[in-house]
Amino acid sequence: MTTAAPPLIRQRVETAAARASQVWKVYGSGEAQVVALRGVDVELERGRFTAIMGPSGSGKSTLMHCLAGLDSVSRGQVFVGDTEVTGLSDAGLTRLRREKIGFIFQQFNLLPTLTAQENILLPLAIAGRKPDQDWFKTVVDTVGLGDRLGHRPNQLSGGQQQRVACARALVSRPDVVFADEPTGNLDSRSGAEVLGFLRRSVTEYGQTIVMVTHDAVAASYADRVVFLADGQIVAELTGPTPERVLDTLKSLDRTAQPETEL
Amino acid sequence: MLRATLKSLLARKLRLVLSGLAVLLGVMFVSGSFVLTDALGRSFDNMFSSAMAETDVLVSARPAIDVSELEGEPVPGMLAAADRDAVAAVPGVAQVVGEVQADGARVIGADGKVVASFGPPRFGANWTGETGGLELREGRGPAAADEIAINVTLAELSKLKVGDRVGVLTTKPKQLFTLVGVFGYEGGLPGRGPVHEIRFTEPVAQELMLGMPGAYTSLSVTAAPGTDPAALRDAIKSRLGEQYVVQTGQEAAAAIAGGFKTVLDLFNNILLGFAGVALFVGTFLILNTFSIIVAQRTKELALSRALGASRRQVIGSVMVEALTIGLLASVLGLAAGVGVGALLAKLAADFSSIVLASIGVPIAAVISAFAVGIGVTVIAALLPAVRASRVPPVAALQEVATPDRPLTKLTVSGAVIGALGAGAIAFGLATSGDAVMWLVLGGVLATFIGVSLLSPVLARPVVSVLGRLFSWSVPGRLGRLNSGRNPRRTAITAAALMVGVALITGVNTTITSADRSLRGDAETGFQADLIISGQESPGMLPTFDEALLPRMRAVPGIATVTAEYNDQALINEEPSGASAVTDLPAVVRDLSLVTVAGSLAQPGPGEVVVDDQNAAQAGLTVGSTVTVKLPKGSPMSYRITGVYQRAPFYGGFIFGTDLVPGMRFPQPSFAYVRLTDGADAAAARQGLEALLVDSPEMLVEDEQQYLDRELGEGAQMLLMIQILLGLAIVIAVLGVINTLALSVLERTRELGLLRAIGLSRAATMRMITVEAVVITVFGVLLGVAVGIGLGAAVVQGLADEGLNTLAIPWPAIAVYLAAGAILGVLAAALPATRAARINVLTAIAHD
Repeated sequence: MTTAAPPLIRQRVETAAARASQVWKVYGSGEAQVVALRGVDVELERGRFTAIMGPSGSGKSTLMHCLAGLDSVSRGQVFVGDTEVTGLSDAGLTRLRREKIGFIFQQFNLLPTLTAQENILLPLAIAGRKPDQDWFKTVVDTVGLGDRLGHRPNQLSGGQQQRVACARALVSRPDVVFADEPTGNLDSRSGAEVLGFLRRSVTEYGQTIVMVTHDAVAASYADRVVFLADGQIVAELTGPTPERVLDTLKSLDRTAQPETEL
Repeated sequence: MLRATLKSLLARKLRLVLSGLAVLLGVMFVSGSFVLTDALGRSFDNMFSSAMAETDVLVSARPAIDVSELEGEPVPGMLAAADRDAVAAVPGVAQVVGEVQADGARVIGADGKVVASFGPPRFGANWTGETGGLELREGRGPAAADEIAINVTLAELSKLKVGDRVGVLTTKPKQLFTLVGVFGYEGGLPGRGPVHEIRFTEPVAQELMLGMPGAYTSLSVTAAPGTDPAALRDAIKSRLGEQYVVQTGQEAAAAIAGGFKTVLDLFNNILLGFAGVALFVGTFLILNTFSIIVAQRTKELALSRALGASRRQVIGSVMVEALTIGLLASVLGLAAGVGVGALLAKLAADFSSIVLASIGVPIAAVISAFAVGIGVTVIAALLPAVRASRVPPVAALQEVATPDRPLTKLTVSGAVIGALGAGAIAFGLATSGDAVMWLVLGGVLATFIGVSLLSPVLARPVVSVLGRLFSWSVPGRLGRLNSGRNPRRTAITAAALMVGVALITGVNTTITSADRSLRGDAETGFQADLIISGQESPGMLPTFDEALLPRMRAVPGIATVTAEYNDQALINEEPSGASAVTDLPAVVRDLSLVTVAGSLAQPGPGEVVVDDQNAAQAGLTVGSTVTVKLPKGSPMSYRITGVYQRAPFYGGFIFGTDLVPGMRFPQPSFAYVRLTDGADAAAARQGLEALLVDSPEMLVEDEQQYLDRELGEGAQMLLMIQILLGLAIVIAVLGVINTLALSVLERTRELGLLRAIGLSRAATMRMITVEAVVITVFGVLLGVAVGIGLGAAVVQGLADEGLNTLAIPWPAIAVYLAAGAILGVLAAALPATRAARINVLTAIAHD
């Protein structure tokens, strides 16, 4: 292994799995204008678990949607890996989602007509790619679904369904997995299982995960927490614990405008 | 509750539009038929009353043989010159004009071909001057025996000009005339309706059209000033006696118009029948739409129940929605129907050159529009409404889960109803009488409902097999899974398509079977090498000059030519066809007839042979005597000398040539030709064709060509039926669009998810398209299966009529399947586009 020099350069280019640069998002116009994001700059490092937090209306979901190419930005640039997302056509976005992005949503994550296994393999089937059997086994074992692969979603509990969704997001080894309140609909025990699994996929397999949440405990599973308020990044924590996250949120509440307290 | 209903109705515009459209189209069909026939009926009224404007009393003879237009060629009744004189002698009569008018005068046009009529009569009449609204447009009326005048309609079609020498075919062979005038009618009309008219001098008209010198078909009487037409009518009636019809001009106009109206009513009923099919299909659509709506609104309904709404209020809310849609669709459908009816009436009037009466909206159109529109919608919504009322309040709190209810009840009731329907059809076809039609129709209806109820059970296996065709791609596989997801919904949508396809397939199977049966019989029984026959058209029988027969027999290669003459007759007071042949043994040989009793030698004067079925029906045996009455002449007695076995394509009374002089068309209308062994068929045929140059309607054909032409009418009928059933198919396709659109709406989040994990727009569209194609192909398959069943039942029922082979039109069925798939693709276009346009983000957030 004599080729030591290139990694340095590559690292610089590849550090950010996703990146937002001066991103503005404005809804409506005139009197009814709402500014959801005000010049957000953020880099989400490869191989890390980042949580985005903030009070309701802070723009955290909007930021994630813009990063994932689900929503367009009003101004600024968004990159996933080396690909500039802003300005991609629908076909380009579709390809991006196929190749580089995995999704986990809060609810309604699975197709009711397909079995758990078919749901997990669906992104690969859509992209016309052959699944890597070893990886598939690893993922399935990690989420602990081995004996339920033949079940349909309505035969699975909420937690199991969400674990199927996690497995589906990971099986294609995307550059980034975006998780939108993945534990929002689960009881704390199922939620903990899902979060533990996400944590492990980062630690053990180097997966990049970006998760939007309003739950301090969920955020504490991340490596880094980015706090949004009023469309801007206002704070950041690395190595969070639930207490520190809550403290930060409280301090945000104090400094926030009266209307956000509603 | 009412306000909430109306609001939810407005919130779902697409659903409103599509289910409303189905009713609207049906209502449009119904009210359009009424408006069309009403406008045409009044136009006929006006036309005939203007034709009769100068006639105070009309005297006509009862036809010797009274057959209606639908039973055969109508035969005019005749009045003698003595009758005219008798009428003229009645006090109060100012003037009597004898009129000769009969169908069947054909002009040979400038192109050498007989000017064809698409149905209206081709009258040959006597010239009575410019009376009854007739106006000369060019030249003058015929004055010499070889002169004629024709109406503008005919002049335009034949491209003949005043001064031309014109060949005319009548009950006699072709004769030449000089065209001396062209006439039209007041108001700038080219004719009285679309009829073709040739006016001869009176003796010529009597000779050629009636075959009876001095005879008239009617007498137009003008009353002396101050004489009441009704009183004059009674005076003439008492003078002439019962065998004449004496009417005032107004009565006569009404009677003639009445005859047309009978035809119009029949036409209207046929249209209404097809409208009924369309509405029946529309019922499926509405039923399905409301079922889906109720399923989607489960939470909303449960919430209202939880908030204190009663079951009745829930039913009410669904019914109000149905009522609103029905009412709107009825109003719009009526308006559209008036428009379409008026447009068609205008086209029909232009096409047949009659003056169109003002367009009215008959009360029947209004009543039926609302009854049908609201009735169909409300009835179809009843079941879903009751189901909605059964939603328990607790459903508001649960996850939306509509578990598949077991299909057992549906399947059992479907099987029972279907079996009852099939039984009714079988029983109806096996019996006879007035109830047959209703029994069969009811049976067909019950079969449709039964199969529709069974279709959810069939949907699972059939859809899964069908879907495998598409499973090679991910979108295809997802589409297949979606179509199998709610078997009831897929099934009822497909069942709507089934109805139209089943009727088309049934008719096609019957026609194909009839075709195949006749061809099969002809192949074995038909021994003649060539047939000479004419293209039949209403009102007349094409014939050729019997003087040609010896010359035909002299054509090289011809062995025998056996001529057949045909007419309507009353045999033992029963209307029947009567044929006369020149050589019965030759006919027996050419058509492979089999002797049952007596002898089949050529019947001599006063002798006749008959087939076994007619003999059995009339209780005739060899030696019995029958009374035969022809249009001309008095009743005569004939003795049965032989009985033959009825052939599938040949039967009836066969006379010798002694019957011919009494016939209206005393010329051969058929000839069976045999060639000598080794003869040059083509040359022989050309020889015959050359001889028939003056009879352009007569064709020389071999068996194959003859059958193709004769059976071609079946294909035309099939085409008509397919066009008229088109609306039912269109409505069924609307149903497919509706189902898919509602499914897309229902699965918005799912579609968003699929898009989020990388399904492209094109693939999304493919997925919806596969779902649509699976539904339509399933519908066509069901329809084809039921249609073959119906066709087989009809063929079985008509086995006595000579339908001995069941032939299934496979090529046509393949076309139907392909068309079904194409319809599926078309139906998917809108919902698929909608699905592809779904915004991933809003879809995910969609509730």
